[in-house]
Amino acid sequence: MSFFEIVFYAFSTLMVVSALGVVSARNPVHSALFLVLTFFATSAIWLLLEAEFLAITLVLVYVGAVMVLFLFVVMMLDINITRMREGFMRYMPFGIAIAILLIIQMIMVVGPEHFGLQAFELPAKHAADYSNTKELGRVLYTDYVYAFELASVILLVAIVAAISLTMRRRPNTRYQTPGKQMKVLKEDRLRVVKMKAEPKQ
Amino acid sequence: MIPLSSYLILGAIMFSISIAGIFINRKNVIVLLMCVELMLLAVNINFIAFSHFLGDTAGQVFVFFILTVAAAEAAIGLAILVVLFRNRQTINVSELNTMKG
Repeated sequence: MSFFEIVFYAFSTLMVVSALGVVSARNPVHSALFLVLTFFATSAIWLLLEAEFLAITLVLVYVGAVMVLFLFVVMMLDINITRMREGFMRYMPFGIAIAILLIIQMIMVVGPEHFGLQAFELPAKHAADYSNTKELGRVLYTDYVYAFELASVILLVAIVAAISLTMRRRPNTRYQTPGKQMKVLKEDRLRVVKMKAEPKQ
Repeated sequence: MIPLSSYLILGAIMFSISIAGIFINRKNVIVLLMCVELMLLAVNINFIAFSHFLGDTAGQVFVFFILTVAAAEAAIGLAILVVLFRNRQTINVSELNTMKG
């Protein structure tokens, strides 16, 4: 067994076990933490496939941002776990049956007889000075620049949507309106009263 | 000497686990969202494996865009979830029947 095979089988086992943890954990916080473990194992598999940039992106963006967001929300919401678990055991056999059926079907399609080493031989290793990031950036800013711009618009829409959904104005909050403040005239606020001077008593 | 089929089978197993997760956790919206993330991850494994074995960077570019869209989807989904919990005090799927769908 070569080094690559050991790494592959170790991390894919870790990945499958932690994915099973995600779907079967009792507490949603544990599910989120198992999902973090799955992402780490996946990023190791992607490193084996020489997709270094995406492996690091997965750890930085997913583990660093998305999963922290998940954990925030899970811990912020006060969820009744026992009510959430109702029907878990009832649907368990059904879910397992569907999953096993699906795995068998997919392995029949993507199994070794169609995608084995005879059909797809191992690609040549890249040279030591090959930069995956450089290669990806070169394609991203030339051939896919339009899709890249669209992705940035999607992220902007996500920011606007998330903020506008969750922002709420409390009715009794006091705040200033600068436009109204600027439009105030002197006559509205100030009244000069003419009166006779009175002697001091 | 890991053939392409090993990576594809790994992706298939991950996909099936997330399908089973959607079936057995059908009450909890948060775990449903996590299962969707897992499913996208399984698809991404296939994309990267094909990209490596066919020597084409386009697969990695696709994964890049899928990651972007998945991050946006997670942010909006969680925002909807927070608003939902604030208004209804529950995230149980079977109690979310306001729209009579």
